[in-house]
Amino acid sequence: MASGNSHEKVEKNVGLLAVLILLAISVGGLVQIVPLWYMRSLTEPVEGLKPYGALELAGRDIYLRESCMACHSQLVRPFRAETERYGHYSVAGEFVYDRPFQFGSRRTGPDLARIGGRYSDEWHREHLLNPRDLVPESIMPAYPWLERNAADDGTIQQRLRALRTLGHPYSDEEIAAAPAALEGRTEMDALIAYLQTLGTAIKAQR
Amino acid sequence: MTEFTSDFWPWFIGIVSILSLAACFLFLVWVGRGRPPQQVETLDHGWDGDLRELNNPLPGWWRWLFYGSLVFAVAYLVLYPGLGFFPGTRGWSQEEQYRAEVEQAEGRYGPLFERFAAMDIPTLARDAEARKVGERLFLTYCTACHGSDAGGAIGYPNLRDEEWQWGGTPEAIVESITNGRVGVMAAWQEALGDDGVREVAQYVLSFSGRATREDLLAAGKEKYEMACFTCHKNDGKGNQALGSLNHTDDIWRWGGSEQAVETSIAKGRRGVMPAHGQFLGSAKVHLLAAYVYGLSKQP
Ligand code: HEC
Ligand code: HEC
Ligand code: HEC
Repeated sequence: MASGNSHEKVEKNVGLLAVLILLAISVGGLVQIVPLWYMRSLTEPVEGLKPYGALELAGRDIYLRESCMACHSQLVRPFRAETERYGHYSVAGEFVYDRPFQFGSRRTGPDLARIGGRYSDEWHREHLLNPRDLVPESIMPAYPWLERNAADDGTIQQRLRALRTLGHPYSDEEIAAAPAALEGRTEMDALIAYLQTLGTAIKAQR
Repeated sequence: MTEFTSDFWPWFIGIVSILSLAACFLFLVWVGRGRPPQQVETLDHGWDGDLRELNNPLPGWWRWLFYGSLVFAVAYLVLYPGLGFFPGTRGWSQEEQYRAEVEQAEGRYGPLFERFAAMDIPTLARDAEARKVGERLFLTYCTACHGSDAGGAIGYPNLRDEEWQWGGTPEAIVESITNGRVGVMAAWQEALGDDGVREVAQYVLSFSGRATREDLLAAGKEKYEMACFTCHKNDGKGNQALGSLNHTDDIWRWGGSEQAVETSIAKGRRGVMPAHGQFLGSAKVHLLAAYVYGLSKQP
């Protein structure tokens, strides 16, 4: 056999095996991942996009905690059937302040990428308290405890500062004012404030 | 190459891709060179006494599959954008594909929507085809609040009945959908106190003949004509310009039980119909308005 037993060298030398494996898989990463860090459409916010305010950020963390992503995606794909229903397809620059983003891949419920402004705050409140009050056929769970818990768990400034080190442009004043923004607000208020900002940076309808 | 912060990256992507394909090709050639030996070697380890590992080369069909995947990769990279610096001979892009899809749909539905746009709303409301399209649109955009049968819910208007908060003319309906509506009534608990709320609630119920405490009506009427008439009018019929609801028809937005009416008065009510004009565009609003207009005209 032409290549002889050269594979035996690799098989018996774990260090060499590891190096070759790394080399093989890093090609994919080098081509597909590394250049993305230098791609404008992926790293620069779309015009008008602002980092989440304190209340919205607290709401976002509740969205993560409750795993809304298990049933709701946040990504309108560029298909007409989707843009007719949800609005303009999602673009990467809308998500630069989402860490981690909530694209999701499952749609037990509708996509929420452009839910902001589509319904009233009152609607969201009633819906989260008991979806079946508004949509009798709904299988979405109720989240009554959101109304009872305070939005401020005392960590909001730390969270803002952590995001600032990652490049989210929060000013000192904004961080100082954060606890006041959460004062007296419930988790429900925060979650609704978050939902109402989703997808609003892009105004074009389709 | 404005996509990237530097011109280096497109070339980086292309060159690394090409080099790795070339490397795979050379590797395959190298593994496959020469003929398979007559006598298959065994590797010098065995298990369980007689289990041995044979050192066969890759079967030919398997190697050719690898070659095939290389051919596929090259063809793909020639046709489609994948090499960074080279957009592919087909000029394909995701946005372009989307635009083509939309254009095709517009070619198909455009004439239909044009025909609908030329019809006025009362005519459109009788057009079977327009009603069908309108119903689909309603089911897509409006049911979360107004219900799949347009029958409404507590706080959300029934669009099938003859009661119109903001007006049932075609123009008013178009306005409701396009720019939305916000109906606000402040809380009266503080100004009226518990007794005042009860009295005035009895008076409100009396418009539809449902008062249970005749003895409170006189006091209720006095307060109503002082505090409420600006919006609801003395006859309780309300004012469509303000979206204050009609109290005389026994149709209740926020519930008609004594308790619900008292809560409406004590705590105030706020109904928000979000603006849909920008999101839907005028052609769809036109069809939806006709559908809604037609609902209350159905037997
Ligand atoms: C078990 C799956 C499930 C989970 C978990 C879930 N939802 Fe839903 N959601 C649904 C379904 C199904 C619907 C559609 C029916 C309805 O409107 O209730 C829906 C509808 C919605 C809508 C209305 C969307 C529209 O376009 O009409 C919003 C907003 C929403 N959910 C928010 C949330 C939030 C916020 C959470 C997390 C706190 C959440 N959902 C968790 C299943 C789920
Ligand atoms: C500033 C104008 C205004 C004043 C003053 C006002 N209302 Fe209202 N009222 C409204 C509006 C607007 C609504 C509808 C809210 C909505 O959009 O759902 C309403 C709704 C109601 C409802 C609920 C009706 C239903 O169908 O469920 C009741 C009951 C009511 N008002 C009673 C009163 C009484 C009693 C007073 C006086 C103490 C009063 N209102 C004063 C504007 C007003
Ligand atoms: C967020 C929930 C919500 C959605 C979504 C919604 N509506 Fe409404 N709509 C309301 C509410 C609440 C009112 C009453 C507003 C008020 O109280 O002032 C209303 C009022 C209206 C009215 C005026 C009714 C009257 O009696 O004057 C029309 C017409 C209407 N909606 C049509 C639509 C159509 C068509 C759609 C879909 C494109 C739609 N609505 C979507 C909540 C909604």
